[in-house]
Amino acid sequence: MELVCPAGNLPSLKAAVDNGADAVYIGFRDDTNARHFAGLNFNDKKAHKALDYARDRDVRIFVAVNTFAQPAGWERWTRAVDLAADLRVDALIAADIGVLGYAAETHPELNLHLSVQASATNARALNFYFDNFGIRRAVLPRVLSLPQVRALAEDSPVDLEVFGFGSLCIMAEGRCYLSSYLTGQSPNTFGACSPASAVRWEDTADGGLETRLNGVLINRHAAGCNAGYPTLCKGRFNVAGQTGHALEEPTSLNTLELLPELRQLGIGAIKIEGRQRSPAYVAQVVHVWRQAMDALEQNPEHFTIQSEWSKVLAAASEGSQTTLGAYSRPWQ
Amino acid sequence: MKISLGCVPFYWPADTLKTFYQDISSLPVDIVYLGESVCSKRRELSTAEWIELGQEIARSGKQAVLSSLALIEARSELTTLKRLCDNGEMMVEANDMAAAEMMHERGLPFVAGNGINIYNASTLRVLHRQGMVRWLFPVELSAQCLADILRDAQDMGFANQVETEVLSYGHLGLAYSARCFTARAHLLPKDRCKFICKDYPEGLPLTTQEDQELFTLNGIQVMSGEICNLLPEAQAMHDMGVDIMRITPTTMDMADVINGFRDALDGKTTAMKQAANAFSNGYWYGKPGMDHVQTPASLDV
Repeated sequence: MELVCPAGNLPSLKAAVDNGADAVYIGFRDDTNARHFAGLNFNDKKAHKALDYARDRDVRIFVAVNTFAQPAGWERWTRAVDLAADLRVDALIAADIGVLGYAAETHPELNLHLSVQASATNARALNFYFDNFGIRRAVLPRVLSLPQVRALAEDSPVDLEVFGFGSLCIMAEGRCYLSSYLTGQSPNTFGACSPASAVRWEDTADGGLETRLNGVLINRHAAGCNAGYPTLCKGRFNVAGQTGHALEEPTSLNTLELLPELRQLGIGAIKIEGRQRSPAYVAQVVHVWRQAMDALEQNPEHFTIQSEWSKVLAAASEGSQTTLGAYSRPWQ
Repeated sequence: MKISLGCVPFYWPADTLKTFYQDISSLPVDIVYLGESVCSKRRELSTAEWIELGQEIARSGKQAVLSSLALIEARSELTTLKRLCDNGEMMVEANDMAAAEMMHERGLPFVAGNGINIYNASTLRVLHRQGMVRWLFPVELSAQCLADILRDAQDMGFANQVETEVLSYGHLGLAYSARCFTARAHLLPKDRCKFICKDYPEGLPLTTQEDQELFTLNGIQVMSGEICNLLPEAQAMHDMGVDIMRITPTTMDMADVINGFRDALDGKTTAMKQAANAFSNGYWYGKPGMDHVQTPASLDV
């Protein structure tokens, strides 16, 4: 199993490589990737440096060009694909059918991975991308239960990559427009959910804090309480007479305990989310996952989670809590 | 301009569905989509019964199209999809790539529905080559983007081979999840949901702590809180080459909306025209979907 790690900049990339990543995924510095945040990502020159650093250490580099191209910006997407091909990256991660078509036709040598943003959750959908573009791997959306992942691992025409750790999207990726409904920008169109430019933090008279997204109240925090970033699906709303986290609590996905089973299913890679995170975060999380995956390889029958690993991962999690997410039916 | 009726997004009892479609047969819609697109646990009508209902609608002179499930996760759901695709006469609206793949395999034409991301003409062309003959424009994109896609399709030489449909009335489908939000609101696990969605035939409203209408929960689907209405854009749609305006059922009696649309499209003044500015339409103008943009409302198509 390959450990695929995030890097939003060169220091994070080095942190991932130095701590045991098998592959690192990056994006270019525009709206062609799903972590389009100010100050993040790689220009041409930085991408070259990243490649050199990784290649010298036998680590693979993947490039995500995984948002959906609109006609007005189409050339940005084809340019990003061309650049990835020129850099001879180890894989291009894409979701848009038009972009995949362009990549397959123009650069047949490019190794294509289907992005989680393509929202392919079943074998027939994967067949479509395999038949049409020759994808070699697919990243599974975080909506499948473990038995569903097991069935898909048996039926899939391609190698599968699943999310292991990080922020938890609770909607089927690539099919969520909640962010653009409020702000005009979504992961599909802009490469960001609940974009920072739309966020307002407002102190209240009683010493508390309100978080708003384009004026819409996402959450109210009492004085002294920790206020998280107002990702809209993690806000507190009114439903059926109750106020609470109607969609999801702030929490991170952590599938460390599923590792032996994922290995047994023949899952090709574990993905760590978080290109928007700091180099220190990347270093800590990758370090733990490397240790865990090495321990698993050495002794697959008797894999146990070290308490130190859990402690580090909990501290790195949103709201300091983790979940198995959709892998576990009760969560659903 | 043709009018279509999207499939019922909510969980209604079998009798309600049958009465609803009986009423629709006498209303001025050209195309009727039907089937369960949200949750595979909703089985008030079996696949065979949906197909039968579609055949009845087709006999009333309308085009019936079978809508497929939007988020296909289990092998059993693929089996149901196969039955839909093998119905032998009606087109299928593919709401997941699996359906597009199955229809292609059978050499049959299909409609690309909500949940298939067509954001550019290159994507449209790939799907057209797969057998797609009609597409539903994604809800989060703007009129400008639609015009650009259709212009590019024209340049690529296939624009007149596909029909373009725009969701023009109803709650907007904004997200699908593994989690059932209606069950969650009632502290029920999804696997023992007691079919609680039946208690909400028009969806379960979600508001902010300031009581702003934000979303409508519908099982595993999140829809817009407000209804979007693009009737005032009919002329602009017509001019850029849109063929069909789609109305999604919001309630069990859609007669006023359907008649209002038909009358307006035929150049008559109706209450629907005047009321249009009370609805959201932001996406069409490249703004947040929840926005209300005042329109010149030139309606004579």
